[in-house]
Amino acid sequence: MLTSRCLKGVVTGYPLGIVAKEIKIQESEFNKDFITRLIPKLDWNVFWSTAKQIGYEGSLTQQIIADYENNENFLKDVHHALVEVDIFEGELICPETNRKFPITDGIPNMLIKDNEL
Amino acid sequence: MSARRPERKAPPEMFYNEEEARKYTQNSRIIDIQVQMSERAIELLLLPEDTPCLVLDLGCGSGLSGSVLEEQGHMWVGMDISSSMLAVAKEREVEGDLILSDLGNGIPFRPGTFDGAISISALQWLCNADKSSHDPRKRLYVFFSTLFACLSRSARAVFQFYPENAEQVELITRESTKAGFYGGLLVDYPNSTKAKKYFLVLNTGGPMPLPAALTDASDNSDHVQFTNRRDNYKNMKGKNIKKSRDWIIEKKERRRRQGRNVRPDSKYTARPRSTRF
Repeated sequence: MLTSRCLKGVVTGYPLGIVAKEIKIQESEFNKDFITRLIPKLDWNVFWSTAKQIGYEGSLTQQIIADYENNENFLKDVHHALVEVDIFEGELICPETNRKFPITDGIPNMLIKDNEL
Repeated sequence: MSARRPERKAPPEMFYNEEEARKYTQNSRIIDIQVQMSERAIELLLLPEDTPCLVLDLGCGSGLSGSVLEEQGHMWVGMDISSSMLAVAKEREVEGDLILSDLGNGIPFRPGTFDGAISISALQWLCNADKSSHDPRKRLYVFFSTLFACLSRSARAVFQFYPENAEQVELITRESTKAGFYGGLLVDYPNSTKAKKYFLVLNTGGPMPLPAALTDASDNSDHVQFTNRRDNYKNMKGKNIKKSRDWIIEKKERRRRQGRNVRPDSKYTARPRSTRF
């Protein structure tokens, strides 16, 4: 859900490309309500292709399922890909300027220099 | 006072070094205050009950405020400029996602992502120009306008901050209204110097009444505890009231005892002269 909108001349800055070098799985409690509320806010295509790229798409399909509210397995897969998969080392790449934002220890570094503002 | 303001010492990414960050896990007083303020901020956020929300924590630091959010069952994403503080947050194994970023450069999220935003003691840092290229007014505007964009349209944002003077408060509220927010400043315990806390409560939906500020029950400002006048009479126990007839007669008596030439007492003694004089 991150964008690089803040960079100079970047209009949409979304989606950021992901290069994952090290991935960690962090177990966390599954919360059905939360995931259901979050899905309408996601850009499903982007979410799916990112999940596929890092290899955690599970049973998710390119088209969003119509009655996802009641499909527990589907929600669990979304939860896994969205919350539990944590990119530990890697990079986020802006689609327009190819500016790279490094991820270290699971923290993306979005600091930008003055001349990029 | 000014010496105790950390904003005066160094920019945030320098000030919150490893040593300073350590305090936020070991000093129980700092932790207590932070937790209390976070609880109050979340209360002011008026999130719908029993629904887990996605909350943005601006200037999350070591994630103390995030832990309070976790306790209440919300998910959160934290942003901070200090990598040492974020490292401490990682160490504490907080559940939220962390991002190293400068708030003054904007909030890099998709529109409408968050159900609310809180910020504990971070906003005052934005009022400083730490580099020659920094313009606090502009940075605050960028901050508020990008924040407005990434909040959903019923969300609130609550900022606890320590303003240095009235101008800072005005600057912050002006830039926030310019960015489209409604809301205002709430001061908890306004009569106390130490417990006084400033909360900027902003909402995206439209004008709404501000929640009531907390006040200390014991200091009721329209209750007068004592009057000076009554105290004066109390102190004069056993003595006559000055300039009264009794007081003058007593004084003449004393003078006579000293052997001075004193006029005899009469019915005119201590009578005020008529206005004709």
